[in-house]
Amino acid sequence: MRAAATIPRQPGLKRRFGARARWLKRHPVILAGLLLLGMMITIAIASPLFATYDPIRVNPLERLRPPDAEHWFGTDHLGRDVYSRVIYGSRISLLVGFTVALLSTVLGLAIGLVTGFIRRLDAVIMRIMDGLMAIPSILLAIALISLSQSSIQNVIIAITIPEVPRVVRLVRSVVLTLRDQLFVDAAVSLGARLPRILVFHILPNAMAPLIVQATYVCASAIIIEAILSFLGAGTPPEVPSWGNIMAEGRTYVMVAAWIVLFPGIFLTLVVLGVNLLGDGLRDTLDPRLRRGTTSVL
Amino acid sequence: MTLLIVRRILATFVVMAVVATFVFGMLHVSPGDPAAIIAGDLATVADIERIREQLGLNLPIYQQFWRWVANVLSGDLGRSIFSDLPVAELIGQRIEPTLALTTTTIVFSVVVAVPLGILAAWKAGSLADRAVMGFAVLGFSMPVFVFAYILIWVFAAQLRLLPVMGYVPIGQDVGGFFRSIAMPTLALGVTYIALIARITRASMLEAIHQDYIRTAFAKGAPIGSILFRHALRNASVPIVTTIGIGIALLIGGVVVTESVFAIPGLGRLTVDAILRRDYPVIQGVILLFSGVYVLINLIIDLTYTILDPRIRY
Repeated sequence: MRAAATIPRQPGLKRRFGARARWLKRHPVILAGLLLLGMMITIAIASPLFATYDPIRVNPLERLRPPDAEHWFGTDHLGRDVYSRVIYGSRISLLVGFTVALLSTVLGLAIGLVTGFIRRLDAVIMRIMDGLMAIPSILLAIALISLSQSSIQNVIIAITIPEVPRVVRLVRSVVLTLRDQLFVDAAVSLGARLPRILVFHILPNAMAPLIVQATYVCASAIIIEAILSFLGAGTPPEVPSWGNIMAEGRTYVMVAAWIVLFPGIFLTLVVLGVNLLGDGLRDTLDPRLRRGTTSVL
Repeated sequence: MTLLIVRRILATFVVMAVVATFVFGMLHVSPGDPAAIIAGDLATVADIERIREQLGLNLPIYQQFWRWVANVLSGDLGRSIFSDLPVAELIGQRIEPTLALTTTTIVFSVVVAVPLGILAAWKAGSLADRAVMGFAVLGFSMPVFVFAYILIWVFAAQLRLLPVMGYVPIGQDVGGFFRSIAMPTLALGVTYIALIARITRASMLEAIHQDYIRTAFAKGAPIGSILFRHALRNASVPIVTTIGIGIALLIGGVVVTESVFAIPGLGRLTVDAILRRDYPVIQGVILLFSGVYVLINLIIDLTYTILDPRIRY
C-alpha cells in the first residue's frame, strides 16, 4: 500500500486500477489467460490491420511456398497467404466461442433455476438432459449440422444444444444446495415470490461457478467449431476459419506442413488462453480449493 | 440393494429412450422437408419421392416412430441411402479398427495418466507437479487433430519413422498394427490423459491428507505401499468415474482421429455418412455410440461397491 500512502489524493479510478494490477500479479494464471485472450481478440477485431494480403486472393504462381519474408506462414495450394487467412480465421473462432458460451449459459441458467425450484418439472427435464448428455457432443453437433444448411448461425446452434445440459446440471446442483439455506427460508417467510428469490437470492450465489463453466463451454465450443469445419460439416468452406484452412491443407501435409501447423498453433493458443482464465478463476472463486494443508508425504 | 441396482438399470433404459426419441425427432424437427434434405441439392422430385417412400416418411409421425422403435429393438437399424446395405452390416464391417483404437488408447492413457497424477499429488508444488499440470492444461487446449498433425509432421514427414496413415489389422501383422496405431493412439489419448491425470492428482491430494495416511507413514510403511495401497484405493472412485465419463471425449475424438489417419472405422463411416447426408447411418451410429457410453457408465456405477465397500446400493 505504499503507492497509496505517498500519493493520498490520487483519484479513486487510478487507485482501483493499481489494486487490480496487484491482484492480477498475485494470480499469474489469470493474467496469462487474459493476455493470450486479449491478444487474440485484438487480432480478431483488427484483422485488416494485421493481415498482409487479402485472405481470399488466389495467386496460382505462388502456390505451396514455404514460409519466408514475403509470406510469413507460407502459401496454400491456391497461392493464398496462410498468415492472412489465419489472422482472419480468429474472427470465426472467437465469435463462435463467445456466442455459444453466452447462449448456453443463459439457456442453462433459465432451465436450471426453474428445475431446481419446481420439483414436478425437475424429474422430467433432468431425464431429457441426461439423454442429451449421453450423446457425445461432437456427434450431436455433427448430426444437427448435417440436417441444416451450413452457415455460421447453424454451427452456433448445433454447438450450443449439446452444451446446455451441462450448464443446467451445474445450476440445478447449486440451487438444490441453496434452497434449504436459512436466508432463502427467511426470504420466503417475508413473503418473497419465486422470481424474486431466484433473481436476488439464488442467482448471485450461482454466479461464480457459472462464470467458470462459461469459460469451459467457450473453450469446448472453439474446439468443436474447428473440428466441424475440419470434417467439412461446419463453417461454409469459402470462409477462412482455422478448421477450414486445416481441412484444405491436409492433403499437402507431407509437402507443405505449414498450412495445417500454423492455424493449429493459433487454435491451441486461443483455447489455452480461455482454459487458463477458467482455471485461474476457478481457483480464486472457489475457496474450497485454496486449502493450504500440508501432508506428511 | 437389489432394488437400487434395478432402479439404476431402469434409469439407463429411460436415458436410452430419450436418446432414441431425440435421434428420431431430429430429422423431423429440423426445418424443411426431411426427404428433400437427405436427397441433397441435386435431387429430382422422383429421388425425393423414392427416399420418402423408403424411409416411410409419408406415414403419420407416430406410426413412423413406432415402426422405427420396433425395428431398432429387433436389431434392424434401416438401410443406408447411399449404398443400400443394412446399417447394422455397415457398422459390423467397420467396428474392428475403432474397437482396436479405443482399446489401445484407454489402456495407454490409464497406464500413463494415473502414475503421473499420483506423482503430481505426492510431490505437490514441486517442479514435477507443475510440469504434469502444465501438460494437462496444454493437453486440454490442443484439439485432437492439431496434435495429430504435429505428430505426422514430426514422425512421418521429418523422421520418417511411422506410416502417415492407413490401418493394419492386428490379425494380419502384429508389428504393422502397432506401427499404424501408434500415432492415432497418442493423438487420441492426449486429452484423455490430461483429464485422468488431473482428477487423479485432485483425489490423491484429498486422500493423502487423511489421518490413516499419517498413521501408515508413522508405522513405517514403504512409500509405494502408502501411495498405491492406502491412498490410491481410497481415491479410486472419482478416478474411475472420470475414466468412464471421458469415454464420451474419446468417441468424439475417434471420429476426428480416424479421419486424419484414414482408418476405416466407425468414425470414418460417420463422417462419410454426414457428407452424403446418409441419415439412417448417422442415426445408427449415434444410437450405438450413446448406447456404449451409457452402458459403460452403468457398469462403472455398479463396480463402485467393489472399489469402495462403504457404498451400498
